[in-house]
Amino acid sequence: MKHAFAALFAIAHREALRFLGQKGRLVAAIVRPLVWLVVFAAGFRAALGLSIQPPYQTYIQYETYIVPGLCGMILLFNGMQSSLSLVYDREMGSMRLLLTAPLPRWWLLACKLMAGSVISVLQALVFLAIAAAYGVSVPWFGYLAVIPALFVAALMLGALGLMLSSFIRQLENFAGVMNFVIFPMFFLSTALYPLWKMAEASPLLHDICALNPFSHGVELIRFALYGQLAPVSLAVVLGALAVFGAAAVWGYDPARGMTARKA
Amino acid sequence: MSGLKVTGLSHAWGAKKALDDVSLSVEPGRFCALLGPNGAGKSTLFGLLTGLFASRTGRIEIAGQDMARHPRAALARMGVVFQQPTIDLDLTVRRNMLYFAALHGITGAEAGRRADAALDRLGMAERAGEVARALNGGHRRRMEIARALMHGPSVLLLDEPTVGLDAGTRRALTDHVHGLADEGLTVLWATHLTDEVHPGDRLVVLHRGRVLADGLAGEIGGADLTERFLEMTGAAA
Repeated sequence: MKHAFAALFAIAHREALRFLGQKGRLVAAIVRPLVWLVVFAAGFRAALGLSIQPPYQTYIQYETYIVPGLCGMILLFNGMQSSLSLVYDREMGSMRLLLTAPLPRWWLLACKLMAGSVISVLQALVFLAIAAAYGVSVPWFGYLAVIPALFVAALMLGALGLMLSSFIRQLENFAGVMNFVIFPMFFLSTALYPLWKMAEASPLLHDICALNPFSHGVELIRFALYGQLAPVSLAVVLGALAVFGAAAVWGYDPARGMTARKA
Repeated sequence: MSGLKVTGLSHAWGAKKALDDVSLSVEPGRFCALLGPNGAGKSTLFGLLTGLFASRTGRIEIAGQDMARHPRAALARMGVVFQQPTIDLDLTVRRNMLYFAALHGITGAEAGRRADAALDRLGMAERAGEVARALNGGHRRRMEIARALMHGPSVLLLDEPTVGLDAGTRRALTDHVHGLADEGLTVLWATHLTDEVHPGDRLVVLHRGRVLADGLAGEIGGADLTERFLEMTGAAA
């Protein structure tokens, strides 16, 4: 037990040191959603009228609407990026060092996942603080309630990245996956437009958005920001976490998974 | 009890057979050189020995622990130096050591003590505070060997540890690890360079996934191990 937590702490510490060492990554992680908030949302506000819908109790500005989606964007990019570092780690050998530690492999992967998720959540909180300074704020208790929601969503997206990293051998392939995973996941979700708006455009798009686990991550965050729980979204996010996590453990299993295949 | 025992191990990458019924056994405290040209299957064997992937046929025992049934017990008794560097270049040498220690359940003052002792042993004590990126290739390797010994393993596996190093550094590292075997550590040293093998070493020649020779290096090699090695692997080609 003590050993397992020593490893968890060490992996998280390493992840944090590496993250702080890559200043560019922090800046990019914060600037990306800010650009959307300040530039994109301002332009879009005129084009898109939003009616009253839960959890909002009044008409809202478009900026207010997309803040949870942009939190999701941070988690999504970060989840993919930390698994990008996993692919890189494996090529550089550090992953070997990790996987030869005398601990259950699923635990080592879980440590990696939790460490990456903590970093994601901290970034999202920094973004929320800057958004508040910009004038898009939520009730004070929302900032507390959102922490577990962010963490669960970060775990789900991190597990997705982990799963992908176990099936992808080279960095070049990973760039492709970013385009085929990140963009569809983000645009076909409730991050930028509410579901009813999608339904007006196309019932098919509406259905895809409604099924996208990323939508549920965003909705979980959106409701949590107003101190409310979105039970269906929570269930979907936890279910997706279980599926992605199990697939990642399978992918990294020495006997069956992709590590048994040579580059 | 054996330091390291491999029985009937085979492994294939798709249709290509990388290891074909490989058996070898190294007694405790022996230096065993695993000699083979590139593509002989050395890295596949190391992948299996370290549990990165598993094979359905054959058996691996590390210090008496079955790799398939008790992988964690086997890993705990094993120190590994991989062919590729496994260092966090942006962290200090000491921080690299402590990270590894924690993965093996060693923390706090004990971890610090062991890191210092291991670095001191490899003549790296004064570099503990340096960022790993500042080290040259030889020192990086030394750090990795020091790190692999931190948890007090009884078996040390090294996969072509001298790749990319100059002749002097190569000699120094080879001699040092021979010294470790004299102190009682079981060593498996994979290489394709015959000059790293001492006449008194145990020698296993691997070629195209098969064991071509297994015995005392001096006896297998005769007067000139290099010639003999080229002859053996050339003839089999």
